[in-house]
Amino acid sequence: MTSIAARPQVGFNVRRIREDFPILRQTVHGKPLVYLDNAATTQKPRAVLDALMAYYSEDNANVHRGVHLLSERATQAFEDARATVRRFINAASTREIVFTRNATEAVNLVAQTFGRTRLGPGDEVVISAMEHHSNIVPWQMVCEEKGASLRVIPITDEGALHLEEYERLLGSHTRLVSIVHLSNVLGTINPVQQMIATAHRRGVPVLVDGSQAAQHMTVDVQALDADFYVFTGHKLYGPTGIGVLYGKERLLEEMPPYQGGGDMIKSVTFEKTTYNALPYKFEAGTPNIAGAVGLAAAVDYVTAIGMDSVTAHERELLAHGTAALSGVPGLTLIGTAPEKASVLSFVMDGVHPHDIGTVVDQEGVAIRTGHHCAQPLMHRLGIPATARASLALYNTREEIDALVAALHKVRQLFT
Amino acid sequence: MSDLRELYQEVILDHNRRPRNFRAIEGANRHAEGYNPLCGDRLSLYLQVEDGVIKDASFQGAGCAISKASASMMTDSVKGKTLSEARDMFEQFHQMVTGNADPLAHPERLGKLAVFEGVRNYPARVKCASLAWHTLRSAVDVKDEVVSTETE
Repeated sequence: MTSIAARPQVGFNVRRIREDFPILRQTVHGKPLVYLDNAATTQKPRAVLDALMAYYSEDNANVHRGVHLLSERATQAFEDARATVRRFINAASTREIVFTRNATEAVNLVAQTFGRTRLGPGDEVVISAMEHHSNIVPWQMVCEEKGASLRVIPITDEGALHLEEYERLLGSHTRLVSIVHLSNVLGTINPVQQMIATAHRRGVPVLVDGSQAAQHMTVDVQALDADFYVFTGHKLYGPTGIGVLYGKERLLEEMPPYQGGGDMIKSVTFEKTTYNALPYKFEAGTPNIAGAVGLAAAVDYVTAIGMDSVTAHERELLAHGTAALSGVPGLTLIGTAPEKASVLSFVMDGVHPHDIGTVVDQEGVAIRTGHHCAQPLMHRLGIPATARASLALYNTREEIDALVAALHKVRQLFT
Repeated sequence: MSDLRELYQEVILDHNRRPRNFRAIEGANRHAEGYNPLCGDRLSLYLQVEDGVIKDASFQGAGCAISKASASMMTDSVKGKTLSEARDMFEQFHQMVTGNADPLAHPERLGKLAVFEGVRNYPARVKCASLAWHTLRSAVDVKDEVVSTETE
C-alpha cells in the first residue's frame, strides 16, 4: 500500500535529521560527502548505533536458552524487535515474522521450502522483467530441480509492468507469483495490491520483494493481502545481516523447515525430531540478535519521523532530481513509469556509467554504476549498465544540485 | 579536476573517442572473449599470428573509457611482437596497474602504455584497464573460453 502525502509534514526538518547520521559529516576527496547510493545501503542514525552498543554493552547473551537474567533480557530485546517489525508492516501476529540474514535469504527460504514442496514438472513461477537477481536465481534453482519453469511479465519502455500480459501468464500451472514492489533500477512502484488480488482470484499465492519499498512507503501486508513479503534491515537504516520474511501463518505452518539445528526444534532424539512452533521453526541456530535490535531501533527512528513525511520528502526530491537531470545535455533517464519513487537511473551519450561514477566520486558524490544485479533488465533495455542516484530521507535538494554540477564536469571531460 | 587528469590522460581520452583497431579480423587465427561480470563490459579480441609473431590485432566490444582505451592501445602495441614478448608485456602492464611495480624503472618496456599508471590509484578501475590484457593472454595461450576478470 502506498501512502503519499502531498507535502512534507510540518516538523520534517532535513537539517536536523542529517545531524542524526554521523557518517554524513565527512568529506571525501576534499568535498562534502553527498551519499546517493541508498538503494545499495542506507547510512545508520545514531539511534541505531547506540542500540547496538547498548545491547552488547549491557544485555548480550544467547536467546531462548538461559534462565539467567542476561539471557532473559537478550530474549526480551530480540522478541521486542520482532513485535516492532510486526507493527511496522501490520502483520497479524509475531508468528508471521521470521528473521533472516537479508531479503535474499528470505526469498531462498520460500523457494527451498514452499517452492520445493509445491512445484512439480510443468509448473510455473511468474516473476517480472525488472527483478533483482535475488528474485530470479532462487526460483531458477528450484524450478530446475523440480522440472518447473519461470514465466516473465514483460515491461514497457518506460519501465512499467504489462498488466494484461501478467493476467495472460497466470494459468492452471502457475504455483506462485514473485514480484518486486519497487524496482531498484527503475524506481517503478508496481501495483502489487491489484496484482495480488488478480493472482488470488486464480488461487495463486504471491511473494512481494519489498527490499526497496519498506524504507520509502508505508507497507501494510494485510491491506496488500501479500502471502509473503520480504525486506532487509540495512536498506532501512538498520545494520547489515538482518532481514525479514513475513509469511501468512497458514502457509508458514504448512512449510517444512529451511535449515536444521538448534532453536528450530521442540525435541530431538536420534529417531525423530519435532520442530518448533512459528516463527522459530525457520530460525535455526543463534540468530543475529544485535541485528534485530538494531533493526527495531531503525524502525522506531523512521516511525518517529513518520513514514508519510519520508515519502513526501523523497517525492519532492525525486521531482526536483528528475527535472534537474533532464536539463543535463545528452542525459537520458532510464525508468519513467508514472508511479515511481526514490531512484534516478540514467545514461549519458558517449560516456560509460563507470566513467560517470569515477568523475562524480571525485566531486564527493557517491552513486552506483553497473547492472545493479539486474542483468536481464539491462538486456531488455538494451544497455550494458546505468548510473544510479538513489534517495533517502536525509538527502537534500542541494545534494541533487551537487550531482548535477558533477555531471556537467563529466560532460566537460568527455566531450 | 587535476587528480582526474592523472587517470583520464589526454591520450586515454583520445583512444576512447577514436579507438584504433576497432574491427574484426576476417579469418583471424586467434580469438578470445573477455568479460567483466562486475560491470558487464565485453570485449572480443582478434589476433593474426604468423611464425610466433602477432602480425595484426583488433578488438570489438563495449566498455568504459579506460577499458576501451586500454584495448585500443594494447592492440597497437602488440603488433609486431612475438607471443613471448606479448606475455611479458601482460606481466609488466598488470604489475603497473596493480601497483606492484614501478614502470619508471623500465620505461622502455611499456612505452606509451605508461599512461595507465594512474589507474593504480583507482582500485575499482584496475579491472577496466586489465580486461583487454587478460583477454590477450587468453588468446596468446589459446584458451578457447571466455576469460573473466573474476577468475584472477
